[in-house]
Order: sequence, then structure tokens, then C-alpha cells
Amino acid sequence: MKLKNKWPVYYKKDVVTHYCPGCGHGIVHRIVAELLEEMDLGKRAICVNPAGCAVLAYLYFDFDVIESAHGRGTAIATGVKRSRPDLFVFTYQGDGDLSAIGTAETIHSANRGENLTVIFINNAVYGMTGGQLAPTTLLNMKTTTTPLGRDPKYDGYPLHITDVVAQFPGVVYAERVAVDGPGGIRKTKKAIAAAFQTQVDGLGYSIIEVLSPCPTNWKLSPVDSFKWVTEVMTKEFPPGVLTDKRSKKE
Amino acid sequence: MNKVFISGNHAFAESAIRAGCTCYFGYPITPQNEIGEYMADHLRRAGGVFIQSESETAAINMVIGAACTGARAMTSSSSPGISLKQEGISFLAGFELPAVIINVMRGGPGLGNIAPAQGDYFQATRGGGHGDYRTPVFAPASAQEIADLTYHAFDVADRYRTPVMMLSDGMMGQMKEPVVFPEKIGKLPEKDWALRGRGDGPSRYMASLVLDVMEMERHNWKLVRKYSEIEKNETRHEEYMCEDADIVVIAYGLTARIAKGAIKRVRKDGVRAGMIRPITLWPFPKKAISDMASRVKQFVVFEMSTGQMLEDVQIALAGKSDITFHGRPGGVVPTPIEFARVIYRENQKMAKIER
Repeated sequence: MKLKNKWPVYYKKDVVTHYCPGCGHGIVHRIVAELLEEMDLGKRAICVNPAGCAVLAYLYFDFDVIESAHGRGTAIATGVKRSRPDLFVFTYQGDGDLSAIGTAETIHSANRGENLTVIFINNAVYGMTGGQLAPTTLLNMKTTTTPLGRDPKYDGYPLHITDVVAQFPGVVYAERVAVDGPGGIRKTKKAIAAAFQTQVDGLGYSIIEVLSPCPTNWKLSPVDSFKWVTEVMTKEFPPGVLTDKRSKKE
Repeated sequence: MNKVFISGNHAFAESAIRAGCTCYFGYPITPQNEIGEYMADHLRRAGGVFIQSESETAAINMVIGAACTGARAMTSSSSPGISLKQEGISFLAGFELPAVIINVMRGGPGLGNIAPAQGDYFQATRGGGHGDYRTPVFAPASAQEIADLTYHAFDVADRYRTPVMMLSDGMMGQMKEPVVFPEKIGKLPEKDWALRGRGDGPSRYMASLVLDVMEMERHNWKLVRKYSEIEKNETRHEEYMCEDADIVVIAYGLTARIAKGAIKRVRKDGVRAGMIRPITLWPFPKKAISDMASRVKQFVVFEMSTGQMLEDVQIALAGKSDITFHGRPGGVVPTPIEFARVIYRENQKMAKIER
């Protein structure tokens, strides 16, 4: 049997990735590109990418991309979507971007029920700057700014921001998934498809949190970091649908 | 078009709508709340977008998003809020995106107060945010000029793909005056650079990140070339009774308005005073001022600050003439009599020297 490996239309060819070996970004990038093709959204898509490792997403995405200042993604996406409701608009953000410096923008775009989609990559650290404490860093987890491990008395607790916004009436679909293996990748694609469809149907805000490995900053091998997502990270951040108000909105 | 009696803040908003602004994003702050309130009513009814954002930071980023799609977008605030917008203004400059930002200045630093002031001159004319860029700055001195210059600001923003700032103050914002508005714009300029999805063409991106230092430098010099064009084409000033003047006042916005009263007053006593009023603060009308120095030996700078535009006047004159500075910071609004006293005093000093 010959394996089918069709290159997604909306993924640039002949580019060398800047992501580290074993990083989850490449997987999610490919899922996004595949879905834009399968759902026929690529021609009218605008992605707002973050400050962080995915700041260079436009090197790979072959659809229109707008860079954002750190944390401001959903504010920019709001401006795009409100001025051009016919465009398909989504943000692609990391945990520092979305749940630290951009918390206000995240909460209020969700609370306004903006008809856009948020893809939230949670790898529990600041990747691009070299592995500092993120709001999502697990308890006792060592980072460059929690060298002895995250101490809740000193550094606070892991922030579950997707659980927070899932409670808002304007947030129509929220799900947490993990790209920790073939099963998780398939579930991730299904979840992002549901979120994209929510926007296409004009129902409102959708957010997909993706637990994603960062072998470099976790100081684990790619294989071990995938295992770590399954065995450790999902205990703090359990995958599942956090809210689904689609039937109520129709 | 009929003449209407309207406040400066409402004139900003109405003129923006007439200039084809379809997206306004803002956060409440005194003394400019009437701009957002007017937009919430009139812009929305006209089919445009008004959002009261969660912060000034969010508002300027919504402006970025709307500007990316080619919409004419605007935000407004007052001094402390403008500080919060500086990050976004730097991105607008880096992205080369057009937008209009209104600053209805109040006393500072910090929260300061809500009285009219001119303490944000440095921030407005020196870039304000991080990085190597400039922002065209218009300083209207009447509600009519607010209407005319706001309309013009959108054209300048689009023509040069740059953020443009309107620098006003609490009194200009609150004061009502008769205004004749420009007609509603017909056709807006084409923006082939705007992102509207790739369609059947190639994908594009809007990015200010330039990791290659040589490429970043090229971008910086490209911006400088654009700024030189703006300096060449867009510098504006008004000369008032300068023909025979021995003393020339330099003042902008509200202060220039007050200075006109002072000049009329001293002229009655035979003191030959005039004024150069910068209408654009960046680009600053350096040439008009330095040309005047060949004839005029005494300049007087009036500001509602501790002396910020003063530095631009010093640069323009390059030591060729004497400069006297009189400033009232903190939200104090000076009177024409107060300014007239300064002019009388300088006139007497000159007379003494001549004797």
C-alpha cells in the first residue's frame, strides 16, 4: 500500500522549520492548514499570530497572517472581524501571550462573544525566551525563573484560563485537547474543526486549548515530552469539552 | 452645508465620520468622552463599528486590526490613555498602517488632572513609543480647524501609510463653536496592500518583526525617506500679523488662540507683535521660523507646559535670535492679559537695548 501524503494547499512548500525537534507547533500548524483546505476557508482566512515561538508562523502558513504585539491577538482579531465580518478570523497564541500579558484581551473578547476562533497552545513555559515560568506552569515544575520548582506560596498556581472563559455566555465552544500521540492529534483536528465551524455558523467565540510538548525547555527528549503531556500535564489540565452552547445558539 | 454649533470633541467625531472612518475603538477618559459617545450613537447608526474596549491598549490594537483590512479607523483618548496606546502606535508605524489617534490633552504627569494642558508635546512629536519612527501631528486651534484637520488627517494617514495624531486639549475639546463641516467623502482611496484573505492570489502577511539587522536597517531608512516626504509636503503653519513684527510669538493650539488676543491688545498700544502658529507640530515649521530670524530678533514661546515646543524653536533658530519662554503647566489656562504683559516686557527690553 502506498501512503498518501498530500501536502496541504495552505502550507508553504520548501521551507525549513525553525521549531525545535518534537515541538507541537508544527503538528497544530499542519492541522490548521488542512482544515482551512477541507472547510474551504483558506481564501478568506486571516490568522493573527502571537509574539512567541509562533511569531514566525507566516513562514509556513500560506494564507494571510497579521503579527500581533505580545498578548494583543484577540483585540487585533476583533478589529479585523468587526470591520470585515465576511473574513474567517482566528488567533494562534501561546500561554504567555494569551493568559499572562493578554489576559484582559482574552477575557473581554470572549465576554463580548466575538465571532472568532482562538487556538491556544499551552506548553506550560515561555518557549521563545528560553523556558521561564508561565501562568500555566505546573506546580513543582522547574523553569529558568522557578529553579527550585513552582512553589504555589511564592509563584501562585497554574492558571486555567480556558475553564474561566468557558463559563461566559458569549463563549460558544471551548475544548481542551492534547497533541500527545496519533489519537490526541485526531481529537485536536476534530476540536479545531468544531471551533472553526462555530465561527462559520456565526455562533460566536470558540477556543481550543492544545496541550503541546516543548522538549527543549522541558529538557526532555521528544518521545519523553509526548509521554509527559499524557502522564503529567493532562492531570492538571484534563482534556475534554469545556462548554458547547452551539445547540442553544442556533 | 449649514453652520452648526458644536463642541470640539463632537467635531472630531463628526468630521471623522465624514472622512469615511467606519471603525472607532475607545475607552472612556475625561476630557474626551464625548468623542466615543458621539461615535456610539452616530457611527453605529451610519453602519460603522463602535466598540468600547476594555482598555486603551485593546482599543489601539482593534484599530490595527481594522486598519489591516483597509478600513479608515480611529481611536481617541487623553494623556494617560495615550501613554497606553504607544505600544500600538509603534506597531502601526512598523506595519506602515494608516490610522488617526486623537489626544485631548490634560494635566500630568501621572493621572494629573482633567484640565487642559500641553504636556504631551514631546510624546507626540518624538515618536512616543519604542523604535525609530515619527508621527505626523496636527494641532488645531478652533472647532472649525478640528473639523478640517481631522478630515485631512485621514488623507495624510492613507497617503503615507502612517499613524497620524491630532493633538488637542481639554478646553478645545469641550468648547462649542460654529463649524461648517466638509462634505461626506465619496470614494475612498484604493488600498492594494490591505489584507482581506488571499483569495486567488498569493498569501501575504503584516509583520514588524525583522530579525535580519541589515533588512531592519533598510526598513528604518525607508521610513526616514517617507518622513522626509511628509516634511516636504505636509508642514503647515499660520502667520499672524508678522509682516511688520518686531516680536514674534510661537504658540500652538489653545495657547495660540489666547496669544492672538494678547497680540491684538498690544497692537493697540503700538507694539508690533505677530505670531507663527505651527499647525503641524511634526513636521515642525522650522523654515518659516528660521526665515523670520533674519528680520526678527525677539521670539516669545507660549505653551501650557514647562517648555517642550520651546526646544523645537531653539533648534529652528539655532541661536540666531533671542527666545523668551512663558509657560503655564498643570492645567492652568493663561489669559490674553498675562501673555500681553510678557510681550510688553520684551518690547520694553528691546527699546532699552536700542537706546
